[in-house]
Amino acid sequence: MTLKLPIFMDYHSTTPVDPRVLEEMIPYFTEKFGNAASRSHAYGWTAEEAVEYARERIAKLIGASSEKEIVFTSGATESDNLAIKGVAEFYKDKGNHIITTVIEHKAVLDTCKRLEKEGYTVTYLGVGRDGLVDPKEVERAITEKTILVSVMLANNEIGTIQPLAEIGKITRARGVLLHSDAVQGIGKTPFDVNAMNVDLASITAHKMYGPKGFGALYVRRSKPRVRLVSQMDGGGHERGNRSGTLNVPSIVGFGKAAEIMRLEGAEEAKRLAALRDRLLARLTKELDEVYVNGSMEHRLPGNLNVSFNFVEGEGLMMAIKDVAVSSGSACTSASLEPSYVLRALGVGDELAHSSIRFGLGRFTTEEEVDFVADLVVSKVKKLRELSPLYEMHKEGIDLKSVAWVAH
Amino acid sequence: MAYSEKVVDHAENPRNVGTLDKNDPNVGTGLVGAPACGDVMRLQIKVTDEGIIEDAKFKTFGCGSAIASSSLATEWLKGKTLEEAEAIKNTQIVEELNLPPVKIHCSVLAEDAIKSAIDDFRKKRAAKGK
Repeated sequence: MTLKLPIFMDYHSTTPVDPRVLEEMIPYFTEKFGNAASRSHAYGWTAEEAVEYARERIAKLIGASSEKEIVFTSGATESDNLAIKGVAEFYKDKGNHIITTVIEHKAVLDTCKRLEKEGYTVTYLGVGRDGLVDPKEVERAITEKTILVSVMLANNEIGTIQPLAEIGKITRARGVLLHSDAVQGIGKTPFDVNAMNVDLASITAHKMYGPKGFGALYVRRSKPRVRLVSQMDGGGHERGNRSGTLNVPSIVGFGKAAEIMRLEGAEEAKRLAALRDRLLARLTKELDEVYVNGSMEHRLPGNLNVSFNFVEGEGLMMAIKDVAVSSGSACTSASLEPSYVLRALGVGDELAHSSIRFGLGRFTTEEEVDFVADLVVSKVKKLRELSPLYEMHKEGIDLKSVAWVAH
Repeated sequence: MAYSEKVVDHAENPRNVGTLDKNDPNVGTGLVGAPACGDVMRLQIKVTDEGIIEDAKFKTFGCGSAIASSSLATEWLKGKTLEEAEAIKNTQIVEELNLPPVKIHCSVLAEDAIKSAIDDFRKKRAAKGK
């Protein structure tokens, strides 16, 4: 066996740059280093040409009508900030109400919280046990003051894919703009801004085998034309939406990454879903008390978020240190609070503490999946032998009936 | 966050894992923490008639630092008198395992587990003496 350890199964956190992407980027660091905003010489023109080509490739991936609808940013966090604050500020005379969900990324949630301090009203919709937002709840929450609905394409922890097309029908009919943090889902699940009536979409390169520190915001230009107040003052780049010299090598890489996703994404998704199902099957065959968090049906192909009851997530991660994964356990966060996403599902703090997120991706092999499954099974068994809760469970004690002395 | 070598050693090779008969009059059991908080420790001591801890066992649901703290506690308890055991402070565990600030609560829990086990044993003793 020639496995390279530790095995990377944390593809939701980031992805390695695809060698094909890197290859296209390299010349733009050295001989083609021009500033895309330089209009007076060939260095600038070459860079600008590369930027516009990348814009087209990215536009195509998400079904945008024009490459002019792609605004480059430093990443999805900036895209989320620009979309929500930019819309809120521009449309403040029209209304001050925003609708989002409790399981959004912090880049959306904390942006909304800041707007609340500035006098906006935000409705945070809950999700069902399956981790999905009910479009009817979106419809019910819309008021005459609503200017924006922000719902993610796919969740970063549990991988659940939201019914955006249905939500888009509602927002379009009610004349409300729809933003989606589409970072986790792009290329992995169908996403088309026109078919889904999405008006703004945040995307990032490093979740799709492109470079880190680079992203984009899709901003619809017609039917309706979306207007933003820019959040960065300066040279007026990106049609005044986002000032700052363009990072040409990253843009080139982003474009190539988008093209690979467009051409290979569907096939890759099938392969990953099969590997993910193989992993789950092997875990549940050998272990009892394993719970999948969130819908299996509406889920990213490479995502598996499971709770191993009676075993604490960080303790398990330490035991399987040959595998790079993440956990919703409190111990992994500075706040000592378990995952707010799992809590929103009503999973219960015990099981939230016992959760592990496996993220499979482009370079995951069947051999790796089997190795990980075997390792996790043996370590969960070992830690359960160490767990007073498992012993009590085996003795038939209902853990909920115990008067725990919370710390 | 990187773990200290001692934490890794205890977590990978925990000492004194197991269960003593909680109905044995010479056994004291401490169960502290809560599943909802992400850590539960059960620490048990077996005490001789002379008041010496002759055996100590634990089981812990928690992170590596929680497992290591309780594993270390059982090592330290063996051979000690109840008074000596009571004097064990969480700061000694922090120092020995080189725990970072975010893991200090694990050592506090271990100290609580020791005290709770001693308390349980003394209650049993007192009830027996009546």
